[in-house]
Amino acid sequence: MELLSILFEIGVGQGLAGLGAGAAAIGAGIGVGRIGGSALEAMARQPEAMSDLRSNMIVAAALVEGVALFGIIICLLVALG
Amino acid sequence: MQTDDGRESLTTFAPNCAETENMSRLLSSFAILLTLAFAGGNSGLLAQNHGAGTHDAEHAHTEDAEHDHAEHGHAENHAHTEDAEHDHAEDHTHSEEFVAGEFIIHHIADAHDIHLFGDVHIPLPVLLFIEGEGLQVFMSSAFEGHGHGDKHYACDEGIDYTMHAEDTVLENDVAVVSGGISAQREGQQLTVYDFSITKSVFGMLFILSMMLWMFISIAGSYKKNPGKAPKGMANALEPLILFIRDEIAKPSIGDKADKFMPFLLTVFFFIFFCNLLGLVPFLGGFNITGTIGVTVVLATLVFLLTNFNGNKHYWGHLFWPPGVPLPVKFILVPIEVFGIIMKPAVLMIRLTANISAGHIIILAFTSLIFIFGDGGTAIASGSGMGIFSTAFMIFMYFLELLVAFLQAFVFTLLAAIYFGDATHDPAHH
Repeated sequence: MELLSILFEIGVGQGLAGLGAGAAAIGAGIGVGRIGGSALEAMARQPEAMSDLRSNMIVAAALVEGVALFGIIICLLVALG
Repeated sequence: MQTDDGRESLTTFAPNCAETENMSRLLSSFAILLTLAFAGGNSGLLAQNHGAGTHDAEHAHTEDAEHDHAEHGHAENHAHTEDAEHDHAEDHTHSEEFVAGEFIIHHIADAHDIHLFGDVHIPLPVLLFIEGEGLQVFMSSAFEGHGHGDKHYACDEGIDYTMHAEDTVLENDVAVVSGGISAQREGQQLTVYDFSITKSVFGMLFILSMMLWMFISIAGSYKKNPGKAPKGMANALEPLILFIRDEIAKPSIGDKADKFMPFLLTVFFFIFFCNLLGLVPFLGGFNITGTIGVTVVLATLVFLLTNFNGNKHYWGHLFWPPGVPLPVKFILVPIEVFGIIMKPAVLMIRLTANISAGHIIILAFTSLIFIFGDGGTAIASGSGMGIFSTAFMIFMYFLELLVAFLQAFVFTLLAAIYFGDATHDPAHH
């Protein structure tokens, strides 16, 4: 009951900010998941290229994550502003 | 062979330490400027929101009152005022309630002291430049007042200082962020420029002095036993230094890698140690690299180094991309020019957001205990949540250790790639 009342107290804007954070997480999840999956496949095919693949994988993941974090920051500003 | 190379990189690093000292000054002033800028934006928003909230509440209240009035008539007017008082009291306790958002922001924001636990604080020096009064220096422990309210300090020279607990807009339309200091003389607001050694500035100075000591001492040890296997600190840091040179600088910059090594090493170790300092439990929760003012300076340095080292090839590709039809050039050139600023800006946001996000998640798990504990009334659910939260917090701490390294690595790697793009000469390949 207490938890329910906490949920009801949250404003619409904050709720939408929460949804936005979730959407950003979905986007980042798809992006980083694809990068990780492909990198693992590539590593399995060519273990000798592992160190090259790993650093490229991290760069690509960081780029995807950067965009997702833009979204998260906007959500945070909406929720707390 | 390897030791020789290691020494080379170390000696190139040593003179750079002087630069890092200058950087700390830049960092602190940028941090202050940006905090002020952000304070302006945020407090305006807060003030508006607050106004809207009270208006709604009043509106609802009058509606209720009219409704009651119509139903019960005049006789129960007395009871009604009691009700109103009751509502008011409830509203009051509501504002004292645990608000997770405020709690989290308070803990990731900069402060004038290092909060260890409970009421134990380490005071830090406050340096204020006040217009017409000159530089004022005192310790933050001079402020009186406990808990979460505004704190005051009346100094002998007749200036009253206030440390604000919440974002406020002063009478002279100056916004002060929570934890910020304003000064009054005889009720008159004074213009204050805050150059204090705050928590973040103190943390940066600590990291910089630690780095100076570490790297000067290992540079000395390489000079003392040339050609021998490194020992102690040098042994601990050599793998990281070689990793940055061989895995980051050389593949992405190429022949000119040595020129950028001092900067890359400084940035990597500065970010890495700042991240780690923020993860030490019970030590004030430093959030240095999670402060946008710090990362904006690091990103600005990357921006300046990239563009000052840009060769004619880099600029040529930027303003007249070869092998592209003319109409496309009109679309491509603005995007490329925008990209010059965007690339360092993304570096800045990525580092800040990652480190702050880690702190926010850990603090959110802490907040869950208080939310479930319901202000000490629900002890069973609170302690149950406590066990759950602690387990997740420990997990997050380990994840954050990985992130601390990864973000330092990513920042350095991307900076190196940008330097490589700017200095790359296709004629050599």
